[in-house]
Amino acid sequence: MSRTRVVITGMGVVAPNAIGLAAFERALRQGRSGIVHLAKLQELKFGCQVAGAVTGAEELAASIFHQEELMAMSSNMVFTAMAALEAWTGAGLERSDPQDEVVHWDTGAVIGTGIADLNVVGERIVPLTDAGKVRRIGSTCVEQIMSSSVSAKVGGMLGLGNQVTSNSSACTTGTEALYQAAERIRSGRARRMLAGGSEGDSHYSWAGFDSMRLLARKFNDRPEQASRPMSASAGGFVPGCGAGILVLESEESALERGAPIFAELAGGEVTCGGQRGGGSITAPNPAGVRRCIRAALADARVEGDQVDVINGHLTATFADPVEVKSWSLALDRRPGDFPWITSTKSMIGHCLGGAGAIESVASVLMLQGGFVHPSINCEDLHPELDGFAGSIPHSVEEQSIDVVIKAGFGFGDVNACLVFRRFEA
Amino acid sequence: MERAAIQSEIIRIATPFVKDPAALESVTESTRLIDDLKVNSARLVDIVLSFEDTFDIEIEDDEADKIQTIGNAIDMVADKIG
Repeated sequence: MSRTRVVITGMGVVAPNAIGLAAFERALRQGRSGIVHLAKLQELKFGCQVAGAVTGAEELAASIFHQEELMAMSSNMVFTAMAALEAWTGAGLERSDPQDEVVHWDTGAVIGTGIADLNVVGERIVPLTDAGKVRRIGSTCVEQIMSSSVSAKVGGMLGLGNQVTSNSSACTTGTEALYQAAERIRSGRARRMLAGGSEGDSHYSWAGFDSMRLLARKFNDRPEQASRPMSASAGGFVPGCGAGILVLESEESALERGAPIFAELAGGEVTCGGQRGGGSITAPNPAGVRRCIRAALADARVEGDQVDVINGHLTATFADPVEVKSWSLALDRRPGDFPWITSTKSMIGHCLGGAGAIESVASVLMLQGGFVHPSINCEDLHPELDGFAGSIPHSVEEQSIDVVIKAGFGFGDVNACLVFRRFEA
Repeated sequence: MERAAIQSEIIRIATPFVKDPAALESVTESTRLIDDLKVNSARLVDIVLSFEDTFDIEIEDDEADKIQTIGNAIDMVADKIG
């Protein structure tokens, strides 16, 4: 029996270096960094005072959403809703008026987040609760801090009637969401799912990582150079925020309604390394990573030698060389015979729960547009990666692409891997 | 404070929560916050908090529960501020 194929019919993005698909593709091609210095982080004595901050979202949101809605939307929800709306309309679907009482029973959402929205917690809930003023917290806090805030917002905005949920698996979240949503379509329980991830703009979320000394500290005066995956001078990741949303749909549904088809989500896998074999709650077990990649390829019925581009997790920590070696082993592709490997994080930082989804949008754009975006700031390649030098683009490479593989790895030793393929009916 | 002045303050406070702005054009004391102005019932909590701040009064929960119309709100505020 042939199985249900899942295709991508819409995408939306709110990223540190661009808002909207067209601007994001331009930024990716140009290798434009969205990393900026933030005075607030300096004032608060963060070691890392740069971040992938989204600029211009508030103004845009004010022109899209009613004031009544915005009062109850955290930055996380604003990013998600904007990306979801772009994905939805780009897929040729209409946003109905809530008064019309239309519910899309065949459409759901799996949209995850890493740390919900700590600004609401830090600025309202904790101070007011500690001051004995609980009754002054108001009605809008719970819906902004619940882990499902982002999927709940999208579900209401678009009238979704299928499963609407939020997953959370640290930095794997966005990638895992796509996998879960695709599985729901494959199982025949939904025709269409919005899928992706988001992370709010909150220095409270970044503080713990800073204390762990996981963030880049040596480039506060050169923000655009601060995110340096695969470089010898990589000294930690740059935190970021934003959202990526994709509309996944059964091939049958997409063809039936003549929807635009960006690519096929051919397969995927999620695994956990069990926090064994070198893995821990904060580090991956390489065996789990390789298993995840191999299983994703098998699920997609794609061989390692068919992969054109790897969009890695590649955060700019000591783990980058280990990750590249895991790709090499899992794909059975050695230096010299290695596909392109690039890191979207080099331009936008690590958008945590949103990372996998924003980077999946970048992956599909590369596939559709026939290019490999540069992995910036690694001219001083890590010495362990010398053999892979020819596979790392420092400027945009224009070429036809059939298969892009994307992975995300997260705290908890969790892994997710997706295989995107050019769509052929 | 004049009743008309209280009404205009109450409408100013409620306006950001009103989902049917057209209904504001013909508002009277009998206009209902939830049914006519389409205010989300959960947001009444925020409107009442704003009444407290604006008029420097305290409104108990059971008093807040009785506010259904613009007129109810004016009565409540007028009574509190004397």
